[in-house]
Order: sequence, then C-alpha cells, then structure tokens
Amino acid sequence: MSRYSAWSVFREGLRKGKGWGQAWRTPTLKKAYDVVIIGGGGHGLATAYYLTKNHRIKNVAVIEKGWLGGGNTGRNTTAIRSNYFHPESAALYDKSVQLYEGLSRDLNYNVMFSQRGMIVCAHSVPEMEMAARQCNAMQINGVDAELLDAKQIQHLEPALNFGASMRYPIHGGVLQKRAGTGRHDAVAWGFARAADAAGVDIIQNCEVTDVIIQNGRCTGVNTSLGEISAGVVGAAVAGHSSVLADMAGYELPITSYVLQAFVSEPIKPVLNAVTLCPPFGTYVSQSDKGGLVIGGGLDRVPSYGQRGNMPMQQTVLSAFCEMYPSLAKVKLLRHWGGIVDVTPDSSPIIGPSGVEGLYLNCGWGTGGFKAIPVGGYLLAHLLATGNHHDLSRPFGLNRFVSGRLIDEAASSGIAH
Amino acid sequence: MSMRRIDNFGLVDRAKPLSFSFDGRRYRGFDGDTVASALIASDVRILGRSFKYHRPRGLWSAWSDDPNAIMDISQNGRVLPNCQASTTYLEDAMSARAVNAWPSAARDIKGGLDLFHRWLGAGFYYKTFMWPDWHLFEPAIRKMAGLGSVSQDVLSDYCADQTFDHCDVLVVGGGAAGLTAARAASEDGQNVCLVDDQRLPGGGVYQMQSVDGQDPSDWVADQCKAIRTAGGRILNQTTAYGVYDHGLIGLMQTHRFGVAPGLIRMRADRVVLATGALDRPITFPENDRPGIMSLAGSAELLARYGVLVGQNLAVVANHSLAETSIALLTRAGAEITRIDPKVRPFKAYKGARATGLKQGGHARLFDAVLTSGGMTPVIHLWRHMGGKLDWCETRQAFLPAETPAKMIAIGAANGTFEIDVALEEARCAGIGHASLRADTRYHITALWPEPASKGRQWIDFQHDVTLKDIEIAAQENYVSVEHLKRYTTLGMASDQGKTSNMAGLAAMAALQGQSIPEVGTTTFRPPFVPVPLELYRGPHREQNWHPLKRLPLENTHRAMGAALGEYGGWLRPGWYGDGDPKTQIAAEVRAARTSVGLFDASPLGKIDVMGPDAADFLNFIYYNTINTMTVGSIRYGFMLTEAGVIYDDGVVTRMAHNHFVVSCSSSHVDGVRMHLEAWRQDGHDPDNIYIHDTTQHWATATITGPKARHVLNSLGLDIDLDGAVFAHMSLRETQWQGTHVRIARVSFSGDTSFEVSIRASRAASLWDALVRAGAPFGLCAIGIEAMSIMRAEKGYIIIGKDTDGETMPHDLGFAGPRIKKTSAFLGDRSLHTDKANDKARRQLVGLISENGLLPTGAHIVHAGQSRGYVTSSYDSPTLNGPIALALIANGHARMGEAVEIWHLGETQTAEICAPCFFDIKGEQLHA
Amino acid sequence: MQIFPCPFCGERNETEFHFAGELGKIRPDTTADVEADAWARYLYTQRNEKGHVREVWMHIPCAELFVLERDSVTMDVLGSHPLRKPPK
Ligand SMILES: Cc1cc2nc3c(=O)[nH]c(=O)nc-3n(C[C@H](O)[C@H](O)[C@H](O)COP(=O)(O)OP(=O)(O)OC[C@H]3O[C@@H](n4cnc5c(N)ncnc54)[C@H](O)[C@@H]3O)c2cc1C
Ligand SMILES: [Zn+2]
Repeated sequence: MSRYSAWSVFREGLRKGKGWGQAWRTPTLKKAYDVVIIGGGGHGLATAYYLTKNHRIKNVAVIEKGWLGGGNTGRNTTAIRSNYFHPESAALYDKSVQLYEGLSRDLNYNVMFSQRGMIVCAHSVPEMEMAARQCNAMQINGVDAELLDAKQIQHLEPALNFGASMRYPIHGGVLQKRAGTGRHDAVAWGFARAADAAGVDIIQNCEVTDVIIQNGRCTGVNTSLGEISAGVVGAAVAGHSSVLADMAGYELPITSYVLQAFVSEPIKPVLNAVTLCPPFGTYVSQSDKGGLVIGGGLDRVPSYGQRGNMPMQQTVLSAFCEMYPSLAKVKLLRHWGGIVDVTPDSSPIIGPSGVEGLYLNCGWGTGGFKAIPVGGYLLAHLLATGNHHDLSRPFGLNRFVSGRLIDEAASSGIAH
Repeated sequence: MSMRRIDNFGLVDRAKPLSFSFDGRRYRGFDGDTVASALIASDVRILGRSFKYHRPRGLWSAWSDDPNAIMDISQNGRVLPNCQASTTYLEDAMSARAVNAWPSAARDIKGGLDLFHRWLGAGFYYKTFMWPDWHLFEPAIRKMAGLGSVSQDVLSDYCADQTFDHCDVLVVGGGAAGLTAARAASEDGQNVCLVDDQRLPGGGVYQMQSVDGQDPSDWVADQCKAIRTAGGRILNQTTAYGVYDHGLIGLMQTHRFGVAPGLIRMRADRVVLATGALDRPITFPENDRPGIMSLAGSAELLARYGVLVGQNLAVVANHSLAETSIALLTRAGAEITRIDPKVRPFKAYKGARATGLKQGGHARLFDAVLTSGGMTPVIHLWRHMGGKLDWCETRQAFLPAETPAKMIAIGAANGTFEIDVALEEARCAGIGHASLRADTRYHITALWPEPASKGRQWIDFQHDVTLKDIEIAAQENYVSVEHLKRYTTLGMASDQGKTSNMAGLAAMAALQGQSIPEVGTTTFRPPFVPVPLELYRGPHREQNWHPLKRLPLENTHRAMGAALGEYGGWLRPGWYGDGDPKTQIAAEVRAARTSVGLFDASPLGKIDVMGPDAADFLNFIYYNTINTMTVGSIRYGFMLTEAGVIYDDGVVTRMAHNHFVVSCSSSHVDGVRMHLEAWRQDGHDPDNIYIHDTTQHWATATITGPKARHVLNSLGLDIDLDGAVFAHMSLRETQWQGTHVRIARVSFSGDTSFEVSIRASRAASLWDALVRAGAPFGLCAIGIEAMSIMRAEKGYIIIGKDTDGETMPHDLGFAGPRIKKTSAFLGDRSLHTDKANDKARRQLVGLISENGLLPTGAHIVHAGQSRGYVTSSYDSPTLNGPIALALIANGHARMGEAVEIWHLGETQTAEICAPCFFDIKGEQLHA
Repeated sequence: MQIFPCPFCGERNETEFHFAGELGKIRPDTTADVEADAWARYLYTQRNEKGHVREVWMHIPCAELFVLERDSVTMDVLGSHPLRKPPK
C-alpha cells in the first residue's frame, strides 16, 4: 500500500499520478477463509480491518453483492455523534466517536471527520426540561454536552428560524461539540484499503445466496461465485438482515424501511453545525462541498425499494424550510433512499445469531454510520473470541426476551 | 444593437428590449431571451468559472444541460442563488453575478488555482490534510467550495402553489414528437396534458426549415390549437422532474423570476416520454475553453433567440444529425469550417476573444468551435419509472428497452432521430400503441475519450473532472461506475451529469477493456433539474405546519386576559392576566386551594366505547379491572403497550351497562382512538363493540377547591352534590338550562373537583354562568400552569413527563393488577420479564430539598452513575416551598434517604419522600 | 405517493393509512403461562419479507383494519380485503 501524505500528493503531482497504487485489489475468491464477512458496507469492512489489527486474523473475506460501500454507508447523511441517553448507548457510540477521532491517521485515509458540533433544539418549556435531562445524562455518561439557551443557539446558527411566525419557537437546546460529520464514502474506502493492505480479500459483485449449516453450525456460505467455507461468519447486511436470517433460519425483530436523504446545490457556507429540530423530525448540515444535506424520518411503508417517495419528501423539506426560511430558495439537487434495518428500540443488534458460528451486526437502522468503527471493532471481537466485548453485551438479541430494550427513541426524538 | 443578433431568426420580441447587468456591466436583451442568450448576443464569452480550478467557462448549451453559466440573480430586491442562465428568462432590471468568481467571471482572482491542478486531481483530499488535523484545513476548503451565496432574506410571499391533477395521457416534452402524440391522443378523445419546460413549446423544431411542409412556428401553433380544440391542456414552463411510486409524477411549473414555482402532483394513466436528446461533448485537449460549445446548443440559440454565436465557426461532429444544425447556421450567414474529429491529435488553445484549434500542425482561430459527439436520449424519467435501457451500437447510445407499464418513449428520447419516423411513432403512441423501433438513417462514428492520450481533456466541465482523473480512478481500482462518480465527483455537478456521464462511462469502459454497457450507468436520481426546496413546502407552512387545535372557549379566554400557549398541540390558557407569570400562577393556585378555581379541561379525551362486549373489551385494554365497575362510577387506570409500558392514563366512566367513556390525555386522543380500534377489530368481535370519539363535541369546565360545591350548587342543578351522596369518582347526568350536562366528580388538582361537560356550542354560556355563580366565593379562572403545580403537589403524574418510555404501573405504586388480575390484558406478560422484575427499576417518588427548587431534568447520581431524574419541580404556593417528583432507581424502598442531585456539573442533596405533598390523607379530595 | 385500496372506501393516498403490522400475529393466551421467548417472538419478531408481503393496515379516516398484499420491492399492490373477510 502506498502511503498517503502531503508529500506523496506533491510527488505524484509532479509525475502525473503514475505512482498511485490500487486502493484495494480485485482478488479471486478462495475456497476457504478463517472468517467470512457478509456485506461490504462500513460495518463489514471495519470488521475486517479490526480483525487484522486487533486480532491478527488476516485470512478474511468480505463478500459484497454490489460495490463496496454501496448500501447505506454510501447513502447516509453522515452525522456522527454520541449524544445518547442510556449509559450502554453512550459507551458504545462514544467509543465510536473516539475511534473516529483518530481514524484518518489510523487508516491513512482522510475520512474528513469534522467535529463541527451538533445541536438538538428544544422548542417548548417541556422540551427544555427534557433537554436538561438529556444533557445531564450525557455529562454523567462522560460525553461532552452543553445546555444552550435560544441566544446561544442563534449565535451558533444564525440562519435558524427565530422569527415570530415559527411554528415551534426555539427555546434552547443541547450541543455536543465533538459531534459532526464525516465523508461517508471515505470511511468505506479507508477501511477497505487498510483491510486489503493487511491481506483481507474484498470480493465485490458477489452475492451470498445461502448459508451452509452443518449439525447446527454455520460452516460457510454459498455465493453467486461459488461455495466458501468459513471458520466463522459475520453478517453485516443492514436492510437485508431479514433476508439473510431467512436463509440461515434464525429470526430477527427487524423491519426494513426506506430512509431518504436530500442534498441541495452547493452554496457558500451558511450552516456551521449539524442541527436537529425534533418536532419537525428534520436535521441538516452543510457538506464541505457546500450542499445542504437534509434528512428526516422514515417513509411510512415498509420497503426494500431503495428509493424514496413524495409524501416524506414533502414532510422533510417543508420542515427544513420552516427551520431555515431564508434557504427555501435554494434548489434541491438530488434525493435518494436507503433500506434501513429498524429494530423495536432503535438500538443495534450485535451478538450471536442463534446459529452457532454466525454472528450479527445489524439493526443500526437510521443511525449506524456514526457507529461504523465501533461496530466493526465489536463484531471483530466476537468473531475472534466467540465472546462479547463489554460494550456489545447489552446489545445482543437476548435483550428482547429479557425485556432489557435500550430505547433511545423516547429521549432523542429521532435517532440518526 | 448586437452584432450577434440575426434578423428574421428567433422568437424573441424585438419590440420589447430589456436591460440587465452581468458582473456589474450593463447589457440589453429582448423579451423572450434567456439570460444566457442575451449575454451571448452581447458577445460576452466568459459566463462563469469552474468549481475547482476556476477555469473560465463559456456557455455550453442553451438548455438545462448547461453546466457552466450559473449565476446569482437579483431583481426587484429578490436574490436567487445558482440560477442557470440558459433556463432563466430575462426580465427587465435583472442583475446577475457569476457564482464562485470574484470580482467577475472574466477576471476571477482565483483563476490562478489552475496552476496547481496537478496536485488537485481526483480524490487528492482523501490523501492529505490528515496531519496535524483535518479541522485546520476544513474552514478554508469550505470557503473555497460552494457555488452561489444565499441572501439571508426571507421571501415571505415565496410560496409554492401545490395541486393534485390527473389525466389519461401525460405527454412530457413539447417538441415535434410530443406535440404530435398529444394531438393524436386528444383527438382520440383522451384527456391529455402536455408539459414542456420552455416558454414556447416546439423543442428543436425551430431549427428546421419546415415541418410537415409548414413553417415551424405555424406548425407548432397549429398543433397547439388542435390539442386545445380537442380538449387537451398544454402547460408551458413546466418540467416533469421525477417519477415516484405508483406512477406519481412531479411537475414543476415555473413563473416569473422571484415567484415560487408551483408543484403539480400528476397522475396519468399513460405517460408519453418525448423528452428529446442531448448533444454530448467531444473529449479533446482543452475542450473546456470558452467559445467551445455544443452544436445543437448553438443552433438552438439561433433558432429560438436569433443569436449567432459567431461568424467564423468550426464544427467538430461525428454524426449525421449535425447537418441540420449546420444548414441552419449557414442560412444565418455563418462560415463553417468542418473539422474531422477522427484526425488526432487536435486541441484547443486560447486566442484573444477567439478560440483556437490546432490539428495536424495547423492552428486556426474561430469565433466559436461547435462540437457534437452524438445524441444521448433523455431517459431520466424512464429510469425513474423503472424502465430498462439497451445499448444501441448503431446509435452509440442507451435507448429505452422494453416498455415499462404505462410509459412509452418516442422521438429522439427513443432514439428516433428522423422527424418523419418520429411523427409516425408519436401518432401511434398518442393512441396507445408502442411501435417497433424502425431502422435508423442516423449514422455516427463512435468517438469516445481515448485514455492515455495527451493533454487536459475535460469530462465534467463544472466539476473539473478530466480524463486524467478517470485514469487515476481506474488505476486506483475505483472502477465501479458509482465509485468512479463518487471518487472523482464526475456527474455530480448541478447538471447532474447531463453533459459528462456518457463520456465518463466510455472512458472507464476503455480503461477497463470493457464495452460501455458492461460498465453500465449510474442511478438516475431525481430531480431531473434542480428544484427550489420551496416547491415541497407550499401553504403547509408557519402556523399551518401542524395547526394547533383550538378550544370552543378561546374567545372567552382571550376576553379574560388569558396568556394562550401551546400545550400538547392545543392552544390553551397557560394563566390569566398580564402580570409576572410566576406571580399570576401562584395566585391562581392559592385561590383554587383556598376558595375555588375554574379550569377549561375541554381537550381531555372523551371516547365512547359501547356495545355488549364493551366491558370485557376495556377490561382487556386497561391494566386495571374495568368490568366490575358499577354504572355511574369512575375509575382511574392505565393503558399499557404490549411491552408493558404505560401508554396513557386517565379515567373511565361507566355511563351504562354497555356504555363507557374513556378519558385519555389531551395530546393522545387520536392515538388512543386508533389503539382501541385496532384491538376492537383484531382480537375482539367488532360487531359487539362500538367506538366513537366525541372529544370535539364536548367542552369541559372543571370547578375545583373547597368552595367548588357551593359554586355548583348555585347553578341550580337538580342533583344532590353532597359528598356523602355524590362521592368522589362518580358521575351524574342532568340538564342545565335545557341542555344535557355530565358532572364527573374526579380530580386532577387533588381538591374536591367537579368536571362539568356540555355540548361545545353551549360552553360559553356555562362558563359565564359559573364565573357569575363563583364570584361571591372568590372564584378564579386558572390556567394549565396552575393546574400542573396543583397536580404535582398531590403527586398526580403527567404521562411522558413523570413517566418515560420504560415506566410500568408498578413503578408508580400501582402494583395490584400486575399480581392479582386474572383475565388477560394488554401488556400483561411483559410485566414479568427480567427487566420488569428488576430491583433497580426507576420508581416514582417525591423529593424535598433544603436548597430551593430542584431543576427539572436534574439527575440523581450515585458513584458516577445516573440513578434517575427529577421529572417535575415547582415552587409550591400551597406549601410555600419547593416540591419535586422524580423517578429513582428502587426509590420506593428508599424513603428518607438523602441523594445527590446533579445538574449541569453542579451537585446538591435532596431527600426522598412519598410523592404526595398535599392532603396526604385525602380528606379534601373526598370532602 | 402510493395508492392503497381500502376495501371499504376505495383507493386513497398512502398518507391516509397506518401500518398496523404483519398479518398472522397471534396473541398468546396470557391467562396461561407464556414462555419468555414465545412472548418475545410475538412482540418483536418480524418476517420482513422481501417481495410478496401480507400486512394489516388501518385506513385512518374510516378506522377499518384490512389486509393489504403488496410487493415490498416494486411497491406494486397485489390486493386487499377486510380483515374479517378473506377472499374466497
Ligand atoms: C438516508 C440515510 C441517512 C442516514 N443518516 C445517517 C446519519 O446521519 N448518521 C448515521 O450514523 N447513520 C445514518 N444512516 C444509517 C447508516 O447509513 C447505516 O446504519 C450504516 O451505513 C449501516 O452500515 P452497514 O455496513 O451495516 O450497512 P450497508 O452500508 O447497507 O452495507 C450492507 C451491505 O451488505 C450488502 N449485502 C446485503 N445482502 C448481501 C448478500 N446476500 N450478499 C452479499 N452482500 C450483501 C449490501 O449490498 C450492502 O453493501 C442513514 C441511512 C440512510 C439510508
Ligand atoms: Zn376506508
């Protein structure tokens, strides 16, 4: 792997880029691997990377049915945050933010983690009280948080609507300064490149069509390119988790929905932070390129359609215009949808699948981009050791039996 | 007048000159011009700058595929960002500024960036700026990026009209094919709507000498007339920008500058796609120079706007359709030099107000170089609809494959470039027949980017993606089209790849040794053209975004000086009077506690549940036992979710053996109604249960306090209000002045209270009567703030405030049914999971503190961990001191314990007590 | 905007409908002992099929539940019938 640096960019500029090597290979599929990871999204690729880095396991394949990073990892609105209420969630997501903080250098790939801060606004006196509850929870959980009043928010984000006609006047909110955005493709590519360099085979355009189970144990997978045997298998297929479960014969509490994203034409900087207004169900940030990146709630119909529909477009974009009325004249450039894997408590599922030798990382729903590093870290731990890391233990499937759901929805409006 | 304007060409109205400015200089144009055509007519060559290298950019085309001339335009005090000059119609006194260029497009100070291009190639930013930290570089990079700037003005009347519409046949595109299809369809008796995005339909027909033997303008006028006569509609300046589920088509109708466009949500039984084809660029060194533009674009400038881009023109084209354009330009007096694109190398270079072209050792200067690399059918909507594409080797283009349900592509959009064939195809499509694609007379020599050839060759003009960038991407194995697009930003400019995608794909195909169809296309994501965000908003704005519910007594409250505010989606009196709210509220509490308060409780839900199975049904719905209630009695209870969590609380009244009224929280009425309906129909016999929400039919006045009974007595009702007869938690029905009233003896304040409900239309009379009757007793109208304090004094909860998404009834001290109730009820099994049995469950308690008011939202901490939080906290006017409710882990067993309270970094202590501070024995409540 | 057929009111925009769950959930008899995992399966497990699905929806204006059959990939509607009256 040729190292990236200011110097290498300079040198390659002089020689017209002749020295740039492949970011990852196009390897031929082997018959057997120690670990097979299904799904070449961020979580699958990060799992491969941390297997090599933390556990020295290198005989690994990542099997991706399309192009790597082409699922939700390449479709999300890139918000990264750990402003969670429950200690279990805070520990999980803050570990992820910490990993993100060093990720560009760790991977030698600039993932552009931009800690520009995230504001969750509060729009009434009761919401302010909830904001205080949230802010205190975060502080106690060891996550940075500040409770702001309306003036402070206006100072941070002057384009927000403080006008008299605002349906939900802003009273204040919670700021997490360490939150922000990252470049989604770069996260997938950076993990892919680093995993590949460590010897992982990333197989694109190869679909897992069946899971091989012998004596109750998963021993490999069938793919569109042939059979592969595996010591252990990890599944990180997001919106297609139920399809995989159906192949392997375990059950999941997951419903797939479309979540849409919207991006405007590039404009000169007008927004500083990532801002969420819960009663509008809408949040926005401005990309480095200048586009307004807007997201909101789920489409109302369960779907594998990977495209969005007009009612939610109207809900989200009209909400955006309410939040930033001066930006209503900006033009929408593109919109799209991803298939997200929604669990009853909006928390992920990490742990054994019920089929021996097959481990899960799924259920991230609308908010797993921020968790890519930690999701990979924890699935790698499971695959390598067969045991939960302390951070992932609360997130196993057994929580649905014990009733120990980790429901953030109640405390955060919407969870992205 | 301008040297570029040619007499007898174009459709602009030369009797209506308009003046405008660009980058600070004044120009003139005509009504009917676009900003771009007027600038070209005025001989302006540089209309913009590229995004990354700030290279000068001329106009590429005369339609929505132009990626270069993007401007911030103001007129009449309205500034709109990122306007495409080629599709913005000129209006008088417009002032345009090229985006991302300063002081002007012609003399942009950042032009020098181009010198560093070798270091700024594809994906360079992924490889650097990591040390010491991305945050050091990001602000500067953000400032460099972005196109236009947005003014902070809020245009208050910038409001999109939104409508639904329907037709039998929607024809998209008003060119020769579209007009013909629309005419055939409407004459066939179908309800037709034709949309075309320009001011005048006709598409490219004005470039032709004649259509069907007629002058093009006359022909267009005839078709339009025929369509209208047959009952069809023609919507000009209307763009079909996206197709959504079940064939819904988004149409954007644009108006004058500064006016918000309208949204038409169109449903059509059939769609005829007649969107034409785009002329694609040719990839050669320095092909981005100003003066190099699309041949079809230049012909369109001439045909529609009477503008000839130059006298001395070079044409570089590889296909037979170029001849039509060349003929047109020649008729207008241009001298054309044909350049054979196959003879390589050739490259462009910069001349003074001219564009140079070098080929085979010859260097020549031209006013403009017109290129045409072949026609690309516009099939975006086809793809939105789920239609497939086939690669056509003859035409070197992707064409619509087998027809998806409900959509037929015709004319150039279908690869039918010959007008006679297209018209026939259109007539068939109009009456609902797809015709087999005929053999084409069109011929084209494949001409695609040649990897490894020399020079800087632009693929994406706006984003500065060159052939070299694509080579680097391939070398680095970003070979899937989506990786290529994302890594290089190819096709992500504001034209969404209309000019660049085909060349980019072809380059990748060549680099990979694959064919173009093997490489495939990227997804065609809507919208087809950028649409203002306002399009989606419309009148659904401001206070109408989610309108408040209003009380029948709103005017009465206003007259009494109520401070109205939003509470749970209702506009309600928070308190009365305009003094200091805290003082007012405290006074209301004191009045209600010492004499009598009058409270508008109308938003409380009132859902009738009736029928032979009503009792058993509610017994299943409620945590509490309902079927043993006696007629006329009232019971407080919880509705749980199946997960055992409290969903709502409230009282149930048994009106009759088969009739109950469910009173739910005011913000939960719709949800509870659906919840009841769902369980009624699924799991019960719906014929034996009937549910009816009557919340809006009733108004409810609550009279509360020691003197409540006195006030009610003086209304002269014929019921005995004596506490011994009319006990707490029971109901009476009677008449008041001839109107039926329900009087419920229930209490949220903790004092003796009566809720009097009456038909909403009679609410004001009742309220006034109560105010009059109460006057001698010192009756005071109280708002919801006072009521919230009083209920907290008593320890009554508000769902969602004093409970959270995990609270179960036993956490609130209502453990009975969990253990004793034997019949099934919603959520029952969930009350016995590990979690439900956990010792550390958060339970409702009171808190007292020596140090004043505890902040709501403060946490109870122990050993650095949260053990719960303060849910309600008030300065109690009744107790003359602070009170608080809290959910605390294992709280019920910890009465009297001191706990540490954390709020925003500061800590204090408080003591756990029972969650009741007022009338602990219930004497006042039951009095 | 999808169009769903309410068996009682006819075709209406999707915004008038509420997804009530997958068809075929049967509530365990909670007056008898219910194993924790059987209860969890009833509460949370979803088939979440890709392709042909059978679901229970409510048409909010008329508040009637009905069975909707549709394709979760193409979004094609395949049919609908009242909850209590399966088609013959
Ligand atoms: C519009 C939108 C906005 C979002 N915004 C945010 C946000 O702001 N912040 C945030 O944190 N999260 C956000 N998310 C969520 C986030 O994108 C996802 O949770 C995250 O990317 C999931 O990563 P993944 O690797 O698990 O899944 P994916 O990236 O979807 O990867 C799964 C991969 O598995 C592959 N696969 C599936 N089945 C098979 C098979 N049988 N064989 C082989 N391969 C298979 C798929 O092709 C896919 O590439 C958003 C999501 C969407 C859709
Ligand atoms: Zn209906």
